[in-house]
Amino acid sequence: MGATMLLDALTLQLGYNATLVAIGAALLGIAAGASGTFLFLRKRALVSDAISHSTLPGVGLAFLVMTAFGGDGRHLVGLLLGASLTAALGLWAMHALTRHTRLAEDAAIGAVLSVFFGFGVVLLTVIQTVSVGRPAGLEDFLLGATAGMLYQDAVLIAVAGALAVLVVWALRRPMTLVAFDAGFASAAGVNVRRVDLAMMGLVLAVTIIGLKVVGLVLIVALLIIPPVTARFWSNRSDRVVGIAGVFGGVSGFVGAAISATAPALPTGPIIVLTAFALFAVSMLFAPGRGVLAAWLRHRRQQRRIHLRQGLLAIAQDLPIYERYTLQLLVRAGLARADGVPTELGRRRAEKACRDESRWAVARRMHSHESAVSRYDGLLPIEDVFTRDEIREIDRQIAESGGGCA
Amino acid sequence: MAGEFVMLSLVPILIGVLAAVACALPGNFLVLRRQALIGDAISHVVLPGIVVGFLLSGTVSSWAMMAGAAGAAVVAVLLIELIRRLGRIEPGAAMGVAFTALFAFGVLLLEQSDTSSVHLDVQHALYGNLESLIWVEAKGWNSLFDPVALAGLPPELGRIAIVALVMLLFTLVFWRPLKISTFDEDFARVLGMRTNLIGFGLVIMAAIAAVAAFDAVGSIIVIAMFICPPAAARLMTNRLETQVLWSVAFAVFSAVMGYVLAGYGPLWLGGDDAVSAAGMIATVSGLVLGLAALYGPHRKCRGAPTDR
Amino acid sequence: MIDALRTAMGRGTPSDPLDSLSDKPLAVRGLTVSYGDKPAVFSLDMTVEPGSMTAIIGPNGAGKSTTLKAVLGIVPRLSGVVSVFGQPLAASRRRIAYVPQRASVDWDFPTRVIDVVLMGLVRELGLLRPVRGHHRQRAFDCLDRVGMRDFADRQIGQLSGGQQQRVFLARALAQGADLYLLDEPFAGVDAATERAIIDVLKGLKAEGRTVVAVHHDLSTVRDYFDHVLMINVHKVAEGPVAEAFTEDNLQRAYGGRLAANLMDQLQLGGH
Repeated sequence: MGATMLLDALTLQLGYNATLVAIGAALLGIAAGASGTFLFLRKRALVSDAISHSTLPGVGLAFLVMTAFGGDGRHLVGLLLGASLTAALGLWAMHALTRHTRLAEDAAIGAVLSVFFGFGVVLLTVIQTVSVGRPAGLEDFLLGATAGMLYQDAVLIAVAGALAVLVVWALRRPMTLVAFDAGFASAAGVNVRRVDLAMMGLVLAVTIIGLKVVGLVLIVALLIIPPVTARFWSNRSDRVVGIAGVFGGVSGFVGAAISATAPALPTGPIIVLTAFALFAVSMLFAPGRGVLAAWLRHRRQQRRIHLRQGLLAIAQDLPIYERYTLQLLVRAGLARADGVPTELGRRRAEKACRDESRWAVARRMHSHESAVSRYDGLLPIEDVFTRDEIREIDRQIAESGGGCA
Repeated sequence: MAGEFVMLSLVPILIGVLAAVACALPGNFLVLRRQALIGDAISHVVLPGIVVGFLLSGTVSSWAMMAGAAGAAVVAVLLIELIRRLGRIEPGAAMGVAFTALFAFGVLLLEQSDTSSVHLDVQHALYGNLESLIWVEAKGWNSLFDPVALAGLPPELGRIAIVALVMLLFTLVFWRPLKISTFDEDFARVLGMRTNLIGFGLVIMAAIAAVAAFDAVGSIIVIAMFICPPAAARLMTNRLETQVLWSVAFAVFSAVMGYVLAGYGPLWLGGDDAVSAAGMIATVSGLVLGLAALYGPHRKCRGAPTDR
Repeated sequence: MIDALRTAMGRGTPSDPLDSLSDKPLAVRGLTVSYGDKPAVFSLDMTVEPGSMTAIIGPNGAGKSTTLKAVLGIVPRLSGVVSVFGQPLAASRRRIAYVPQRASVDWDFPTRVIDVVLMGLVRELGLLRPVRGHHRQRAFDCLDRVGMRDFADRQIGQLSGGQQQRVFLARALAQGADLYLLDEPFAGVDAATERAIIDVLKGLKAEGRTVVAVHHDLSTVRDYFDHVLMINVHKVAEGPVAEAFTEDNLQRAYGGRLAANLMDQLQLGGH
């Protein structure tokens, strides 16, 4: 039954609200992933944490104001407006702290998030006293709640999510430029300050939209995890933005769908855990930057370096200092356990030694400068120079009376 | 009046002060090491920790939950390091990935398990419950010398006092390695110090402070006290020794003022009910930081003067 | 010919046996360090003579600082062995003083000049032993030697670059080591500081101590140092300045065209 329900949810057949929420969460995920990438590339990922926590007092204040004027304190648009206001204030406070004092950004982030959040909690307790007996339901903003969501709220989220995606799309070029290299962007005539502001505005908007769906603690995850995940798949910043959007969208959609299948599966946490699962798989298994790939590469390089050093030592009758080197030589059939080289070992050593002296000559020849700069101690000389060039190098070695032992 | 104060307010104030100091002490080094947000990360993962502690032990005993929280803090720290080193991700983002995922896991566990019957919910984790830690047996200041009454002190007080003492000892005993490795890690390593171990030890101590403080006062205070008093103190002086003293003073002031304002402020304003003490303490610490940022004698980073 | 080749490859002579690692202030064999996929230092051998002043030179990105850091265990080695006064690094730390690059620390750290110099005494002080008058006196003496005594109570952030460098040197002096390793001690300092630093280093040499410094200013190599290690990922040359600091070697380390420019500045006089 669970499986069919999940299928229903994934194919948008769980009713109006659930469908809207899933679409909204997907759009939110795309917008969050893409805009979060700009923060991540500027090494300011946790700024989003300060923004999201500073929304709480705004929610509380908006509730108090709306109630004081006789309105419904729980009107979503009003609450989100209040949230935007204090979030912007928090952002400003953070900026002022780093700009005008010696404090580093992380301290400013932590100070703003804890103080604003603390004040928000004070307001919530005030509301508890004021709204005698009637639960304000503002706690939903902490962890998000889509279960009892009103139809118009769901529409609001879906529309706002779509708008955020549009804005990301429209601004992707200047923002990528600034995120990648602010100095260059500025030289290229981009107004870095304005783009920065737009970036922050976008992050703020995504946070506000996400408040009701995933809650203020976990919206941070949608802004951070997809970009970090995407980073494992590409080194090009423009691609990272796109990939992060896809990962964010998938997390939002799948998470919301899964959560719609059972009451004990809260939307926010499921979305975040989906995103984290994608992250874990990427970190471990992504080709290139993944952990497994990097580890294999490192081992391989270490083996090659030790072998090479061992062969060079053999060629010059030098002792082999490290046990690992000897082990590798023995395993490759190049030396005996007591360090005496085999016939094959001698031949390979001679070749290694000859190549090394070829490189030494090549390094002194002006015409080969760019080729030589590629040499890392392991590159076979045949990969870089043509046969004729190698012959020329050999001729020079012979001329200087050289050669290998 | 005195009897009421000792019964209702003395213990919460003491606990608030001790929790604030326990967090502010390691916070000084975290702020200087640009690791201020480790406190933020740790306090978020306290929630999954206590849920797991509850599920594993089946009881709501404080020790089970504190063990769970401490375990979660260690897991979080290791996970952050793992992501940072293996994934080569900058520390801020690595923290963001780790603590949000663990927090989400905690909320999910909470929803899945039937914990509603026990006093265990997100609000408690966030706001703590400072106001409820009253000393029922107290009759007045004399009770401080009455063994029977003393036996009735809330156990949170003893725990946080021990942890505060441990933090103090840790800071004093490892002052030199902490200071040197924070200022110049390469130099410390050449001296033969295990800088990784020192860094890890500091974070673990911070986790212990966070867990103990959280048990009594909730996680908002924890984050605020890790960062605000040390940050404000940094703006008051240019000597680490003096900075730590300032941070302790600010922490104590925030705790006392925050509690008093939360408890009596609404009454002065004509309300009936107190507001969240934890929230108010965090707010006061923020105001202190704000004042330090505006008027602190060493608020600016003075660059090197041109050669003389 | 094999000898020429060995020199070309930066290796010792065949009669250079294992016991070359025995008691030299610093001996390194087969050191390879790799940050990413490319080695930053490849299979480097070096031997530092007692009482010598050695400059490690090479173009930017040649692995000079990396070599120093790998020797000290600050960055991990992919391969290689290091011996300091005939012992592994861990056993000889108290005989080493290290002066990191000035830019490697946060000068906004809340501490005073005298406190930084006292850090050099921490091996003696341990965790809890109080700083006594004679410790303070020694720290003052070290500040005296670098001409910074008047600045003892200054916050370190208020110093100029050259002054910061001198404070770092004073901290190293306080360590009372036998082998001094310095990473770009003359980078971005004023002329007076450069003079002060080189005087102190020459003083150390006169006391029979050994100095190794990463150096970037080729024009002062001859005046300041007696030995040189020239690297560009690989070792290019090693030995007394008179023998190793040659146009030929510079060309190999810095590349042909670049070296030609350098040569004009240095007026080494080509052939």
